[in-house]
Amino acid sequence: MVQALAMKYSASTLLLYCGLSAPLAAQEPVLPWHAENFAIAQPLGGLRGDAARGREIVAARARGNCIACHQMPIPEHPMHGTLAPPLSDVGARLSAGELRLRVVDQKVVNPETIMPAFYCDPARYNRPHPDFSGTILSAQEVEDVVAYLVTLK
Amino acid sequence: MKAVLIAALLCISAAVAAWDKPVSGYAYLPEQMQRMQDDEFANPGMETVEAGGTLFRTRGYNGKSCASCHGEDGGKLEPKSIARYPVYSAAHRGPLTLQQRISQCREQRLDEFPLAYDDPQLIALEAYVRHLARGEKVNVDVSGPLRPWYESGKALYHRRIGQLDMSCQHCHDRYVDLKLRDQVLNQGHSNGFPAYRLLSGAISSLHGKFRDCFATLRAMPYAVGSDEFIALEVYLNARGNGLAIEAPGIRR
Ligand code: HEC
Ligand code: HEC
Repeated sequence: MVQALAMKYSASTLLLYCGLSAPLAAQEPVLPWHAENFAIAQPLGGLRGDAARGREIVAARARGNCIACHQMPIPEHPMHGTLAPPLSDVGARLSAGELRLRVVDQKVVNPETIMPAFYCDPARYNRPHPDFSGTILSAQEVEDVVAYLVTLK
Repeated sequence: MKAVLIAALLCISAAVAAWDKPVSGYAYLPEQMQRMQDDEFANPGMETVEAGGTLFRTRGYNGKSCASCHGEDGGKLEPKSIARYPVYSAAHRGPLTLQQRISQCREQRLDEFPLAYDDPQLIALEAYVRHLARGEKVNVDVSGPLRPWYESGKALYHRRIGQLDMSCQHCHDRYVDLKLRDQVLNQGHSNGFPAYRLLSGAISSLHGKFRDCFATLRAMPYAVGSDEFIALEVYLNARGNGLAIEAPGIRR
């Protein structure tokens, strides 16, 4: 059942969900991405990430806010959540492509997850506030975050 | 394959609520805030309760006040029946929340103009009446005609909403006792409301708190007094059956 769901997400429907939506007014169009073997091998839009910027994004409340749930080696922000697995060595456990999919849309891996999809088709949202009707992160920000996660070993 | 197995395990654990006995948000407060809530002289929510008491004794358009029927100090109100709200109302063909009941008395017995849902006067009266029932155990009957409202409140509670795409149950059932940033997640019960919020320095109604949690999820909130929030109130109150009414609670 779960496997079927994961397959359903990861196969053909992905492009429909996350690539082909009409761009929202005044918002970056959502770039297409393709997941295979629970990874997105190619950087979004062929963009290059910057690990230092990624480190800022994961801590910023209004951006990634990843430390709301995960512990990360960012001591200048003392308050990290404990509800999700610590990420201090996640770069040793997962490849860049696997990390990218988890940031883009963890629901492909686990449809029941609490973790927000940071780069999925906003048409999937239910009752989004009009101020938050785009993707949570931009494609560049996703790549910055991935570049940072890769360094966590 | 490994990822699928992990996903399967997570799904199984997700089906089981993290708690089986309701625990009040009070248990999650630092000791200092618990003391502030317990001490009626230190609890800033008591200002609202007192304002509600004044309104309770203020004569309406026809010269009567709430106190005319319910006693000068509300002594003729029965805590056990206050703890049963929302109740089913045949006239409404649905739930009647405590605030709606109070509003109905104002209009029908005092001949007063209607007030909007969550009007500060209604929140104050509700705080006063709920404070009279402090310590009484919440006891909402959803076995009868309120059942469909309970079910739709429950469905709303489990629906993912907003840009963050989470549901109430994620935080208040599945990850209870774990930390979101610096906040230990509590079970999200309604027994402390109306509650005084230290961060805003103001009293918050239950529907106001719903709007806050919607805002956290970057979701479009429903209106206070909407059918959706009333259904959520029916569900939350019944989900917390057995908890002592704490109004006015102190919360962050
Ligand atoms: C609201 C909570 C929440 C937020 C916010 C969140 N995550 Fe997660 N994340 C989780 C949970 C819970 C898991 C565990 C797996 C699951 O639930 O599917 C997880 C899993 C992961 C994993 C896989 C870890 C592993 O060991 O397999 C990575 C990588 C990850 N998150 C990165 C991030 C990044 C980067 C951000 C911010 C851009 C972020 N998360 C924001 C809750 C969250
Ligand atoms: C991302 C996590 C999260 C989600 C999802 C969430 N809440 Fe909350 N909620 C919190 C936190 C944190 C608190 C504690 C705030 C405090 O200490 O006052 C809280 C407190 C509450 C309380 C007050 C409980 C008490 O005694 O202090 C209620 C009621 C509540 N939430 C209802 C809801 C409802 C209804 C929803 C869904 C619409 C919801 N919550 C979704 C994080 C969340």
